[in-house]
Amino acid sequence: MKLTQTVLLAALLSSSALAAQAQTLRIGLESDPDALDPDRSRTFVGRIVFTALCDKLIDVGADLSLIPQLATEWSFSEDGKALDMTLREGVVFHDGTPFDAAAVKANIERSKTLDDSVRKTELSSVESVEVLDATHVRLNLSAPDAPLLAQLADRAGIMLSPSSFDSDVAANPVCSGPFKFVSRVAQDKIELEKFGDYWNADAIKIDRVTYLPIPDSTVRLANLQSGDLDLINRLAATDAQTVENAGNLVFAKAEGLGYQGITFNIMNGAKADNPFGKDARLRDALSLSIDRAAINQVVFAGLNAPASQFVSTASPYFDPAFPVPARDIEKAKALIAEAGVSTPLELELQFPNRPESQQVVQMIQAMAAEAGINISLSAKEFATMLTDQKSGDFQASQVGWSGRIDPDGNITGFVSTGGGFNDGGYSNAEIDRILAEARAESDVEKRKALYHEANVILNEEQPLFYLYNEAWLYGVSDKVAGFTAYSDGMIRLENIELKQ
Amino acid sequence: MLSYLARRLLISIPTLILISVFVFTLQKMLPGDPVLALAGEDRDPETLDRLRELYNLNKPVWMQYLLWAKGVVQGDLGVSIRTGLPVSDMILSKLPVTIQLAVMSMIFAIVIGIPAGILSAVRKGTATDYAANVVALSGLSIPNFWLGIMLILLVSVKWQLLPASGYVPLTEDPVQSLRTMLMPAFVLGTGLAASLMRHTRSAMLGVMRQDYVRTARAKGLAERRVILRHAFRNALTPVVTLIALLFGELIAGAVLTEQIFTIPGFGKMVVDAVFSRDYAVVQAVVLVTAIGFILMNLVADAANVLLNPRLRLS
Repeated sequence: MKLTQTVLLAALLSSSALAAQAQTLRIGLESDPDALDPDRSRTFVGRIVFTALCDKLIDVGADLSLIPQLATEWSFSEDGKALDMTLREGVVFHDGTPFDAAAVKANIERSKTLDDSVRKTELSSVESVEVLDATHVRLNLSAPDAPLLAQLADRAGIMLSPSSFDSDVAANPVCSGPFKFVSRVAQDKIELEKFGDYWNADAIKIDRVTYLPIPDSTVRLANLQSGDLDLINRLAATDAQTVENAGNLVFAKAEGLGYQGITFNIMNGAKADNPFGKDARLRDALSLSIDRAAINQVVFAGLNAPASQFVSTASPYFDPAFPVPARDIEKAKALIAEAGVSTPLELELQFPNRPESQQVVQMIQAMAAEAGINISLSAKEFATMLTDQKSGDFQASQVGWSGRIDPDGNITGFVSTGGGFNDGGYSNAEIDRILAEARAESDVEKRKALYHEANVILNEEQPLFYLYNEAWLYGVSDKVAGFTAYSDGMIRLENIELKQ
Repeated sequence: MLSYLARRLLISIPTLILISVFVFTLQKMLPGDPVLALAGEDRDPETLDRLRELYNLNKPVWMQYLLWAKGVVQGDLGVSIRTGLPVSDMILSKLPVTIQLAVMSMIFAIVIGIPAGILSAVRKGTATDYAANVVALSGLSIPNFWLGIMLILLVSVKWQLLPASGYVPLTEDPVQSLRTMLMPAFVLGTGLAASLMRHTRSAMLGVMRQDYVRTARAKGLAERRVILRHAFRNALTPVVTLIALLFGELIAGAVLTEQIFTIPGFGKMVVDAVFSRDYAVVQAVVLVTAIGFILMNLVADAANVLLNPRLRLS
């Protein structure tokens, strides 16, 4: 009796490291992905899983350049209204169906026609898909669309096996990526295993990968420390030191593409009728009263980057003519005086009820007070905040964007007239023209010049201003070799090895 | 007895309808547009309208409720707007997890709470009694999330004895399953043990003053037998009722504990569902929980009848 008890206890308490399966990479994510159907997926973490599961036509390199994945070459026609792509040969989907031009056509048509597809806007310029031969496909466009390539490097470019269209794709996605789907338990885990017939199978050195959603960052870190996870996403900035000090963990970081900023209600309903909605000088004054570097140091241990424009320094489109504004209280006061309004000025600022956001806005509140701006803060649950923002029930909102590799995705929707994210109702015909032109232009230098023009106007009018660019922070076990952090925040599994 | 239980079950149907109407209305009163939450970073007006249409969100609230209720009567709990999976599948996959956690927590609670309650009642006013009370009060006051994180840091990170979080089904690997559940069940169990201890103590104190306890002692019965057989059995009625209620609470999901130990149970599902305004999922969880509560109350009544012969007469 005594002996069995001891044995049982020993079995129960045996080290968790022993129980770990060999060659399975366990990744901790900050939340549970939504539907694993590329045409229905909306979450950022969902994209991380797709990176292992599904190949896209185009991929993104470490320097954010577009590199071949399922398409080996592509080019726009002279008038920019046709995109010709050459496809990789010998690729098969996880169910054995060969990948070819007909599959590309079927996939893009699915994205454009499926009832609840959220890819329709991204592919709105695509009028038809022409199969030239088995490995050549042409996308006919209604108008030149430079950002389309970036969309094809994201979920709109994911290729599903056409023979799986009739089944429940979200429950069993069949793609052509390095790993195939094994199982999913909602809020618990997603398991994938290596796909032996992958076209680049030599680069894949692990047998299985498991994604575990663990919302609390402290707990995520504890799981890494105890050896229950090998890699964690979204390490809290304040925990970076802990990881660096631990002997068996490695800290990894990549500059991000997203930003956090403050959006003003310029012309969306009655609440726009406030001094800050009406006068750009006051918005500028608020911006000048903020010490962005101090916020970064205090809240994010200096790991993020203070921001000045809609793209981060990771992007080739970063415009050095617009450096991060230094704090200048005197200038802020002068601008307020120039605007001829009486101080103290009152401003309502809403923010999502997350601890980091709260710390950021509290610092802003204190800094702005010195310039004579009284900020009243209201914390809102995210879904509520979005609704209030959309319906114009706000004066100013502390809100951000996860970032896109094409600059168009970071700005057009936010400031163009009637744009999907233009909750402040800002409208400027000149901005609309410049951004439309930049969208149609595929030459990088010419696009840069156009975005510079836009930056000049936006910097003057400040319908929104930028606080900081978020960096992607990871904690990695020292058993993992070959991990590279990418600016797009995706976790690529090529060349990752697990040592015992 | 059986007809009594059947009658009780029938009476609970209107209760269930009332609960579902109430929760549906409350959800609709929550600010925040489900479609905006759903669309995430891909929101353009056309997509939003299409999603509204697809999930009947453009219809009046009463019609949305009737459409939902019609589905439920036909055995269809709807589809989660977040994951695109049938809600019934989601519930079925969570139910074993939640029940396992609830049962294990309850075992902890009973094993700790009841003996402590008896002991402190029997030794009322002694150091044992005070110590038990202090421990119970701490159990009630220490927040679960704090205790959970401390346990993870000590047991998993420092001593590396148990996995920090996660869940393995009992059917897949029983030992690993018990190991992953041990800490969360302990955290939940200690909280419940405290209230069980307090209730057991006061029930026992009430009973110990009764004449039949004195009679039992006068008969010369061993003190142990007096306490366990005569006093404790009679003190059990309120304790059993409390256990049933606590069990219902556990089924409703131990929200924080599940978040911390990332156990894919009801609590975690309902939190995610509320944040994404996934109405169908919230409704289903509430319905299943309500049924759980009603069943547990029935079980408690039945158990009390078995324990107390006097109740059988009525």
